[in-house]
Amino acid sequence: MNNEAIKDLIFRIADDELVMGHRNGEWTGLGPIIEEDIAFSSMAQDEIGHAQAFFILLQEHFGQGHPDQVAFTRSADTFRCAQLVEYPIGDYAFSLVRHVLYDTAESIRLEALSRGSFRPLAELAKKLHREERYHFMHAQTWFRQLGNATEEANQRIQAAFDQLYPIAFSLFEPTAFDAALVADDIQPSEAELEAKWVAMIAEIASLSSISIPNVADKTIHYGGRSGMHTIHLDSMLKEMDEVFAIDTQAVW
Amino acid sequence: MKIESLDPRISRADIPAENEYSIKRDLDQFETYEVFHQKSRGTHHTHVGSVHAPNADLALLFAKEQYARRMKCVNLWVVRTANIHATSYDDADMFEPATDKTYREAFGYKNKHLIQQYKEAQEAGH
Repeated sequence: MNNEAIKDLIFRIADDELVMGHRNGEWTGLGPIIEEDIAFSSMAQDEIGHAQAFFILLQEHFGQGHPDQVAFTRSADTFRCAQLVEYPIGDYAFSLVRHVLYDTAESIRLEALSRGSFRPLAELAKKLHREERYHFMHAQTWFRQLGNATEEANQRIQAAFDQLYPIAFSLFEPTAFDAALVADDIQPSEAELEAKWVAMIAEIASLSSISIPNVADKTIHYGGRSGMHTIHLDSMLKEMDEVFAIDTQAVW
Repeated sequence: MKIESLDPRISRADIPAENEYSIKRDLDQFETYEVFHQKSRGTHHTHVGSVHAPNADLALLFAKEQYARRMKCVNLWVVRTANIHATSYDDADMFEPATDKTYREAFGYKNKHLIQQYKEAQEAGH
């Protein structure tokens, strides 16, 4: 088994979860109504919990440091997250649409990983996938309701979708490890996962009266998987790490 | 002038310091749904509180995070608060019995002393 390939894959997933979780957590206390605030914050917490679980795998099987150290002391260029998750939260339409695009992708990836040959990863994916069911339901329900609500609601969701859909292809940016992961039966190729996601998003969008924009070049937002990020990641990490950096050995 | 806060999210939100507040209209919010929670299959659903929601689908989504994330749950019900019919507290008198009706109360008949009497009679050789 190609250990470097598996390690890189887990870093990509863990960093996606951590950054997405932190971004969505920025809504805590500022959500549109208190019930949604609690639900969205709770899911953000779940994502950070997923990140932690993946960092523990890296610690136990790939000699990486304590999950807190790995999460809070790395510079942006060592992150392997997709550019989609880095963008600031925008308005609620932006964050909800990103939640739809991201959690649909995560659901597909976890489902595929749970059938993979690296047992610890497969078992964790299976466990996390259960929690993802609610995230997926939450995302879809809001999307369908707002897409089919008033003209203003539909237009705001459509505008966010037009902006985010092309960026979301960054989640499936191919890496040099793709072939090894397929050969070792760890996960299907990024292209295969992407095809499933495109089909599923098309189905959800049509139920939500949202049209799919034309994506001329899906590689424009690539780079995250090799450490090339938008300017937003660096400032987000400074904020995220600020308290931890005061005393990196503190016991929490 | 915008609001400057130690919370960077607030500073970023560009909220004017001199904010004009308007008083919300009555009922300018979603209606409420009552939430019923079931701990395990076969047990009763228990009323645990309410959520604001525009419809039942979203009420269920909200209920899950408000009421099922800190305790075991297998099933949730939501019911529009408006669909619940209730007695009036003005009529509370009707629940007060005029004569002794303790025999109807849920703890059942008092019969321990009868069993005791029977046992004693047996022991006495009758």
